[in-house]
Amino acid sequence: MPDVNVTIDGVRVAVPVGTNVVDAARMVQTAIPVFCYHPRLKPAGMCRMCLVQIGTPKVDPATRQPVLDENGQPVIAMMPKLQTGCTTPVSEGMVVKTVTEEVAAAQKGVLEFLLTSHPLDCPVCDKGGECPLQNLTMQWGPGKSRFDYNDKVHFEKPVKLGDLIYLDRERCILCSRCVRFQDDIADDPVLGFDMRGRNWQIISKSEPGFDSKFSGNTTDICPVGALTSADFRFKARVWELESKPAVCTLCPVGCNVSLDMRHDELMRVMPRENAAVNDIWICDKGRFGHRFIASSDRLTTPLIRRNGTLQPATWEQALQLVAEKFAAVLSSSGPQAVGGIAAPRLSNEDLYTFQKFMRQLGSDNLDHRVGAPGAPVLDDLVADVGVGVGTDLNALGQGTTVIVVGADPEEEAPVYMLRLRAIAERGGHLVVANLRPTKLDRSATLRLRYGLNRDIAFARALLKAVHEQVAFQNLNARTQPG
Amino acid sequence: MALTEHVVMRELDIPGIGDFDIYRQHGGWDAYCVAVKEQTPAAVVAVVKEAGLRGRGGAGFPTGVKWGFLPKGVYPRYLLCNCDESEPGTFNNHQIIDNNPHQLVEGVAISAYAVEANTAYIYMRGEFAAAARTLEAAIARAYAEGLLGKNILGSGYDLDIHVHRGAGAYICGEETALMESLEGKIGQPRLKPPFPAVAGLYGKPTIINNVETLTNVPMILQKGVAWYRQFGTEKSPGTKCFSLSGHVNRPGNYEIPFGLPLRELIYSPEYGGGMRDNRPVKIIIPGGASAPWLTGDKLDVTLDYEALAGAGTMLGSGAVIVLNDTVQAPHLAYKMDEFFKHESCGKCTPCREGTHWLVKTLHRMTEEGHAYAEDIPTLHSIYGQMAGNCFCLLGESAVMPIKSALRLFPQEFEQLVTQNGNGQHNGKHPIALESVR
Repeated sequence: MPDVNVTIDGVRVAVPVGTNVVDAARMVQTAIPVFCYHPRLKPAGMCRMCLVQIGTPKVDPATRQPVLDENGQPVIAMMPKLQTGCTTPVSEGMVVKTVTEEVAAAQKGVLEFLLTSHPLDCPVCDKGGECPLQNLTMQWGPGKSRFDYNDKVHFEKPVKLGDLIYLDRERCILCSRCVRFQDDIADDPVLGFDMRGRNWQIISKSEPGFDSKFSGNTTDICPVGALTSADFRFKARVWELESKPAVCTLCPVGCNVSLDMRHDELMRVMPRENAAVNDIWICDKGRFGHRFIASSDRLTTPLIRRNGTLQPATWEQALQLVAEKFAAVLSSSGPQAVGGIAAPRLSNEDLYTFQKFMRQLGSDNLDHRVGAPGAPVLDDLVADVGVGVGTDLNALGQGTTVIVVGADPEEEAPVYMLRLRAIAERGGHLVVANLRPTKLDRSATLRLRYGLNRDIAFARALLKAVHEQVAFQNLNARTQPG
Repeated sequence: MALTEHVVMRELDIPGIGDFDIYRQHGGWDAYCVAVKEQTPAAVVAVVKEAGLRGRGGAGFPTGVKWGFLPKGVYPRYLLCNCDESEPGTFNNHQIIDNNPHQLVEGVAISAYAVEANTAYIYMRGEFAAAARTLEAAIARAYAEGLLGKNILGSGYDLDIHVHRGAGAYICGEETALMESLEGKIGQPRLKPPFPAVAGLYGKPTIINNVETLTNVPMILQKGVAWYRQFGTEKSPGTKCFSLSGHVNRPGNYEIPFGLPLRELIYSPEYGGGMRDNRPVKIIIPGGASAPWLTGDKLDVTLDYEALAGAGTMLGSGAVIVLNDTVQAPHLAYKMDEFFKHESCGKCTPCREGTHWLVKTLHRMTEEGHAYAEDIPTLHSIYGQMAGNCFCLLGESAVMPIKSALRLFPQEFEQLVTQNGNGQHNGKHPIALESVR
């Protein structure tokens, strides 16, 4: 895409067409404060926090040429009112000022207004310590409020939007990020608004409440502590937590997560940004399905069978035993006598380490399949022609076709549904073939139905058709072993 | 001189014009029949443009020019008639529908033809139940006469007109909030651009006009541009139905040509008939609650878009509220801003919180009898934090009463502070707003 040149606080920068002023400013390390704007959501322009001064080159109406001053520089016509940066796309020659007196007054004013309703219960708020409202107030807000009334908005506190998410309407600053996430990203338009004015409030419109597999993400993008999760509510202060990077193993997506630990205890699971995998989202299973880790039913120490019974042992003892057994087999029968089977749910990194270990022993006997020998090799085929090394989901859009066969991503690999939806939103073709309707059908550009147990037949027929047509050469080369 | 011939309030010329047959006998629907059968839509647009008809809803934008903003070749298109009439002081749309409904329906039909829309909606304020029934009956009759429906008069043109009642929110008079409401969503303004002409109702090109604007259209076509332009001024042609209210002897709707001085509207026996009890005019709000105030010495300002803009205010919806010297400016500002606070949709921060804070402070100063010196700079800065920073014009409008009051009558605010300071105040505001008819 072509670039346009803009000047932000005196710094010239070329940014892609269509970039809004807030994002353009970020590219030159200029922070324009925002509440309702979120880079993954369509701009709403509601909170009025991102007001800045914007000017464009003055154009002579007769010649349609820019008017130049005595130094040959274009004359900039500043707009009379402040403009919301999040809703204003850049244009050639645009001048943006973010640190003027007017802008500072507007930012201070909006924050002062927001805080007239906000309860300021930061000491008991789960968001405290990672709260945009706190941070922006520190940086851009007034030192104290002139609002001398004991007149905060009061609501029952909190209400359950669903089983997993609580809403504190007093803390809510009405930015609508959660509503827009559910409408535009999750495609579960289950949140909405009720009432108006200062009583305007978020409600759940679904039965059961907040019926979405992605609801936890709204607590991440909520810029205040209005939305909190049943899982993490009142569990810990965020500054006590240490984030450990990890990969979620509950489905094939492999979302990048961070495990937020307090000492040795897992307090919450948060998404970790990875544009190639999960962007900044995770599903509720990945976020909330971690309680098994602390289950008392779990094995917490290795067990060694001695005299017919399993007895607790230390890791040193267990590893010692395994090493001895391997050594015994290797010396008596050679490396081909050992093999390894790894669970397919492990992350790529775990599997890599495992195979590396086996090959160090000298064995190539590796497998990860849990089916019977001779089961269909569709998995291998997908690895060759489907999402494989080098696939960039973000780059897929206009001009690409994605075929989903016999899968219900919302259930089986939830975050893939978001990614597939986004590809369709960007103008890509999304072909969904299944024996029954799934939620992905809503985003599909083409829906196909086949009979029970006909999925492999369908896939083979499709491949056959592809072979017979244009892609024969390419596909053949890629699917030949070796 | 009162008009001898009216453009909109024709019940004054033709008794019983609310009856379909009488309307028809006096040339009603003729212009529409000619347009549909013999004129191109572009030709109709050209006539309206030439007549210089300007939108009567508040902005005064030239109607024909607005119609020209529709992107070429994009269909379906919609025509919306804005009958949310909820600007305080405005009450002419209701009277038009009560007395001359067929001319409005014909106006909607002609305009729909002009903008090539096959569906038109008349969005009515929720409280207008009786008026909605009147319009529905008028529309039903037009269908029965073959003036609406499929293949009208064999021309191949189809048109359906629907009446939709809102739930009674001021914000739904804002064009994009009206569309949200019409689509069944919560009535709140949309981000612009895209503007309605490009992506309006259901994301399709949409034209939205006020009741009074559309009621002008049949007469322009029927009687011609020259006839129409005999009324009013060069830049504000035609007539305007002013809704006159406040402390005048004869409040009501008066259709007058643009350009009449305020003095005549208030004092002429044909219109306002002077001030009640001959008290002096203190404050004139010439264009509904959203318009900046004028002081009582501005009676020579003429009632047209340009002159009122020159006087620092606006013609707005044509609701002229005239108040006498019993009214205290801070109290008036409080009452008006309480309206805006009540109607604030809550979408943007400055309007949602600013109106609340303004009203809270003004209530304390005027009703509770506790006014402090720092209240005055605080009020200035609250409206300053709102002005120009709101999402839509509701918040900007809420600035006008308090800004006007502080600018025109600063001494009254200072007086409130003094009263509080010397401990004489009885806790109740001494002069309550006299009942305003």
